[in-house]
Amino acid sequence: MSDHHIELTINGRRHVADVEGRMTLADMLRDDAGYTGVHLGCEHGVCGACTVIVDGRAVRSCLMLAAQADGAEVTTVEGLAEPDGTLHPVQQAMREEHALQCGFCTPGVVMTLAALTGGNEKPTEEALLGALSGHICRCTGYQGIRRAAKRLAAGTAGAAA
Amino acid sequence: MKPAPFDYVAPATIAEACQVLSEAGGGATVLAGGQTLMPLLNLRMSQPFIIVDINRIPDLKGITRADGGTRVGPVTRQADALADETLAAHLPVMVKALSHVGHYQTRNRGTVGGSVALGEPAAEMPATAVALGATIEVQSARGTRIVPADEFYLGPYMTVLEPDELVTAIHYPDWPSGHVMLFREVAQRPGDFALVGMVGALVADGGTISRAGIAWFGMGPTPIKARQAEAALVGQSLSGMDADAIAELAVADTAPFDDHHASAEYRRTVGKRIFARTLREALQVKEAA
Repeated sequence: MSDHHIELTINGRRHVADVEGRMTLADMLRDDAGYTGVHLGCEHGVCGACTVIVDGRAVRSCLMLAAQADGAEVTTVEGLAEPDGTLHPVQQAMREEHALQCGFCTPGVVMTLAALTGGNEKPTEEALLGALSGHICRCTGYQGIRRAAKRLAAGTAGAAA
Repeated sequence: MKPAPFDYVAPATIAEACQVLSEAGGGATVLAGGQTLMPLLNLRMSQPFIIVDINRIPDLKGITRADGGTRVGPVTRQADALADETLAAHLPVMVKALSHVGHYQTRNRGTVGGSVALGEPAAEMPATAVALGATIEVQSARGTRIVPADEFYLGPYMTVLEPDELVTAIHYPDWPSGHVMLFREVAQRPGDFALVGMVGALVADGGTISRAGIAWFGMGPTPIKARQAEAALVGQSLSGMDADAIAELAVADTAPFDDHHASAEYRRTVGKRIFARTLREALQVKEAA
């Protein structure tokens, strides 16, 4: 059983931890770093609730070891809104379209959409809707989430309320 | 913590990784993208003593042109391969197949070589390698060997890889420019495992098919090369071909099972349909061109 000293950036802040080799990134983010917005559903990569952004890409944090994130830049849902509480455009679009009910799957969905819309290239509606297939939501019937994604593709998040 | 305890090592070179695998005497498991291994660890279906993380080995990444073909480093992320211009130019069918591998989020982490080396029978990457005539470069502390993809798979998740061996490249030979790509997959939802799928390429010169490479996925314990159909296609004229008869031959090479998603009979019936339809559509495109 090996122990590993890791240093990474989480939501813009340096984080140092000593982790067992077997600790997943998801467990480290929740239990060691306190970012409980990382939700754990299935813990085998199916539900998408634990999705975070690692070095610019949306990934399942339950399918990565914490030791693998040494040196990485990680963003969780806690890192999206402005310090004054202003919502990230993805959060705003989700809110405007009533895209959540119980909220369990929401952080994962938000991180996927944030990763796709965060680059210089504007994603197509098809790409955004396609990426939603990597998330399971048991409340909304997906229609609100789809509308939020469409709004993001059209660039109208926050434009109407 | 979900996985059983293990030692984690992240070597920086292929030689180091091979050394660890060699010394572990079968107790080590290679971690590439982790999109299959991590679930198995979390469910404790896999309990290795040592995890050898090959993600920090630069020599295992990237896509390059080499020896009249395309060399794919095994730790190339599926998302990177999907966006790769070399692949798009030389092996468009690879790109098409990659777009069906898992989900956007798992492709960001999952690797081409991980999927090829794992040998999930319903996966797109092993069948694509078999169909296109790829060869798999394998290294260990004992040396290097090259295995043709169609000799690599033995059964579900079983390959000719020895416990001390590491896949270090997948080499896809070029198909002549103007080859026709074939791809179709039937799954219950996008990103699900294929119930039935087929992938491959055809070369047709002057209205006659001169070469075919086609493989099934989800149609047996391994990816299955449609050998009888390939042989029957060569020499056929585009206009006179009986796609249904060739599809019948293609299905004759398969060995699908019943599972809780679909019966073997369903897989054979759907397989025959998609095979014939994909051939017809591909040849119409070729004839129109």
